Amino acid sequence: MQRRNLIRTMAAAIAAPMLLASSLQAFAADDTIKVGVLHSLSGTMAISETTLKDTVLMMIDEQNKKGGVLGKKLEPVVVDPASNWPLFAEKATELLEKDKVAVVFGCWTSVSRKSVLPVFEKDNGLLFYPVQYEGEESSKNVFYTGAAPNQQAIPAVDYLMKDVGVKRWVLEGTDYVYPRTTNKILEAYLKAKGVAADDIMINYTPFGFSDWQSEVAKIKTFGSAGKKTAVVSTINGDANVPFYKELGNQKISAEDIPVVAFSVGEEELAGLDTKPLVGHLAAWNYFESVKSPANDAFIKQWHEFTKNPKRTTNDPMEATYIGFNLWVKAVEKAGTTDTTKVIATLPGLETPNLTGGVAKVLPNHHITKPVYIGEIRDDGQFDVVWQTKKEVPGDAWSDFLPGSKDLESDWVTLKCGNYNTKTKKCSGQNF
Amino acid sequence: MTDLLQVAVLTPGATTPGVFLGGRGWRRWVVLLATVLLVTVNVPAWAQDTAADETPAATGGAPAAAPADFATLVDSLVDAGYADKDHIAGEIVESGNPRARIVLQALLDGKLYADGNKQVYIVGDAPDDASELPVSDAVSGDAHAPVAADQLDRIGTNNGLRKGLKGLIAQLKLNDPDAGVRQRAVKEMLRDLDESTIAALRARRAHEDNARVLAKIDVGLALGDLESSDVATQLSAANSLYGELDDDVYNRLKPLADAGDGDPRVRAAASKAVKHIEFWREIYDGLQTLFFGLSLGSVLVLSAIGLAITFGVMGVINMAHGELMMLGAYTAYVMQLLMPNHLALSLLLSIPAAFVVSGLMGVAIERGVVRFLYGRPLETLLATFGLSLVLQQLVRSIFSPLNRSVATPEFMSGVWQLNDLFALTWNRLYIVVFALIVFAVLQLVLKRTSLGLKVRAVSMNRAMARAMGVRSQWVDAATFGLGSGIAGIAGVALSQLTNVGPNLGQSYIIDSFMVVVFGGVGNLWGTLISGMSLGVASKLLEPWAGAVMAKIFVLVFLILFIQRRPRGLFPQKGRAAEG
Repeated sequence: MQRRNLIRTMAAAIAAPMLLASSLQAFAADDTIKVGVLHSLSGTMAISETTLKDTVLMMIDEQNKKGGVLGKKLEPVVVDPASNWPLFAEKATELLEKDKVAVVFGCWTSVSRKSVLPVFEKDNGLLFYPVQYEGEESSKNVFYTGAAPNQQAIPAVDYLMKDVGVKRWVLEGTDYVYPRTTNKILEAYLKAKGVAADDIMINYTPFGFSDWQSEVAKIKTFGSAGKKTAVVSTINGDANVPFYKELGNQKISAEDIPVVAFSVGEEELAGLDTKPLVGHLAAWNYFESVKSPANDAFIKQWHEFTKNPKRTTNDPMEATYIGFNLWVKAVEKAGTTDTTKVIATLPGLETPNLTGGVAKVLPNHHITKPVYIGEIRDDGQFDVVWQTKKEVPGDAWSDFLPGSKDLESDWVTLKCGNYNTKTKKCSGQNF
Repeated sequence: MTDLLQVAVLTPGATTPGVFLGGRGWRRWVVLLATVLLVTVNVPAWAQDTAADETPAATGGAPAAAPADFATLVDSLVDAGYADKDHIAGEIVESGNPRARIVLQALLDGKLYADGNKQVYIVGDAPDDASELPVSDAVSGDAHAPVAADQLDRIGTNNGLRKGLKGLIAQLKLNDPDAGVRQRAVKEMLRDLDESTIAALRARRAHEDNARVLAKIDVGLALGDLESSDVATQLSAANSLYGELDDDVYNRLKPLADAGDGDPRVRAAASKAVKHIEFWREIYDGLQTLFFGLSLGSVLVLSAIGLAITFGVMGVINMAHGELMMLGAYTAYVMQLLMPNHLALSLLLSIPAAFVVSGLMGVAIERGVVRFLYGRPLETLLATFGLSLVLQQLVRSIFSPLNRSVATPEFMSGVWQLNDLFALTWNRLYIVVFALIVFAVLQLVLKRTSLGLKVRAVSMNRAMARAMGVRSQWVDAATFGLGSGIAGIAGVALSQLTNVGPNLGQSYIIDSFMVVVFGGVGNLWGTLISGMSLGVASKLLEPWAGAVMAKIFVLVFLILFIQRRPRGLFPQKGRAAEG
């Protein structure tokens, strides 16, 4: 008897809050719009992704102060996929099917994005992806507000080749999909520009690699052949710290062998002693040090929101900011949060970016972005030394890879993410 | 894609980054550029399209005004673009002012600042967040009352400018009274030889009296002579360069040795010198790989030796061992925060501090968890794994999930350049020595102290040891504490090499177990030898197979090895082996 009672009470105790929660949700759904936030708050990627979660929350806060969207308040639904790629898909399903969110801002690594893509296509969700990535993808349900390779890697290489006079190239990366694809594109690009195979060295190291002595010694030897040498680094995450430390220790200065990085920004430098790194380069579409009224206001808002006057801003944050503003615009223009209509409204929309330019959504679901090259200063910020004259349109399928040269993505007229201009066929294989 | 080609070059003025160069005023700059090109000292090609921003002040001290005096030149640095700064720096050198070297060095070091009135100062050392900075006047060198930090703007440099400055400063240093400074200056100039530097070297050679500086200058002049059209000059230059190991020598001789159309005697002399360099390169490359291996090995030994005690001697599988290292690394970080102005001292003090912090944590783990689980390895493993997660989260809550940077003190940074081809990085060298010292001390403790005797007694035969009056519980706690404390010390060493973050421990725990198992459980010498040999083996494999494959090869080898010799390299013999 007692045991049965116990079970019953327990069941009641568990069921009551659940019922309450679901009724609350049903109630809340009427006068709020739900916004999903799918960023890892624990595990290895938490370092980077927590910042983006806070950015979305800040933007929602700001929008609600202005009266919300379509007269409704925005309600964030934050889930934690814990840097666990399959869990990303589960959490995405939860957001789309249980919480019925109108839009999701999320993902950082390419593998997490690939993991949620089928979910978003199946449930006709809407995802804004805010990080620079390797391209070769264009899904109907995803908007890519980070840089495609032609908005980051290729311009950086162009700068080194033309303005610095680099003749010899080291492509150094972490061993996973983003560096491998980017380096494949870069290798094809360099060879197309007449760089001999002898003058290109490609190296991969595991995630979290910490013993850089031989790799750096190899770079030093490769760079001492009398031709100007540069390192193009797609090293991701923690491994950058010991890499740059070893560069400093072996006295490789930026004047001799500059390193241009695609994954090192203000946030990463905050955990580093930057003195030995002065002069090394990074290519991004945004730097905190770029002076513009919009950026000053954004930085001020961020410091107030985080209550930390020293918190840095970075490129994926700007991409999140752009994505959020684009979504708000699209919803207001469409007059509904219905994803099919919002997705149809988005291409062609424009919103100011933080560096004084305009981000325009293209038919291939990428956006236009300016490209900046910055030199690391000893305070962990960047001095912009070069920038594109105007925004560069994002290219989903690289023009330098044999497989994707002929592919075109156009969701407006062609209604296809993977259209082969030679065979005039849409393969439907969008990723 | 074509849009990419339409690029703009930014105004590189550090005070106003992000301003475009407009169309106005371009004529003025063409004229200026022409003058620049006439006198320029290696302006990097790309910098030539840059120009200063268009405020009138930029032209106020225009470098085109030919015999500008030192003060005007220094002031004109404030608003100049990078290319102009390079040119102004050249003029500052030509002005012959005795303070030229100090001002240029300050510019190179980023210590040259200007206030709102374009007054230029050299800023002295001050803490990062100081509100007022100690300054001296750049032109006169007179001390000045401290200026508020937000009033000052740094006069910026970029890679191209810094490279130019280094060359210019080397020319100034050529007349330094200290022979060592002169020698380094010549070496710096060798990296970028052109007619003006060769002329400067020739001028110096006439009244140089130090033999070593003279030898370096002769190398520079010989390198210059290699370009000569006169075969005899070329030949004697090539002959005199035999025996030099420098990269610049190699890069200049190699084309001569390979050229099919040159004079055969010159070619022979060049290829003889090239072969000599190649021979020594091979040897020093081998030595370097060996050193890399030993240094990786010493990191492995450091991180494994604490484990060798807890796992090897006590038989406890402590999955939280990595987190004890992490605590040690964070101790180094905290010590550095406590004494920000004594970097070296704080690092030295953090060695005992980390030993105490991690050691006490180890004793707490042993008393609180492990002692209830002796003889139940699976439960111990799970419990300590749980503990490791708790410790990680603890650190995340206290210090945030972001990595923390532990600065490297001056004496540990940089390289020990043994000759042109061979250099050892100081921090690695210190860590190799440190690992050996820790090993030796640990051996002494285990072999020569009463604690060591008891530890060995308990690990060999617990019941007998207790019968002899050893308080085995106390010994267990002390041993676990000792092993944990050593882990903390390893953490201090790791803080100099890698990220200090909550995940630091995870990346070393597998390697540590690997070393202990390979070396033979319960044998410190085995740990030392297995750590060193695994380090050398992976560094030998790395250049040949790449970092990813090298790691895989080592793991596969270990698996096969453990199949054949389950007890490792140095299995324990006799009675201890039974337990």
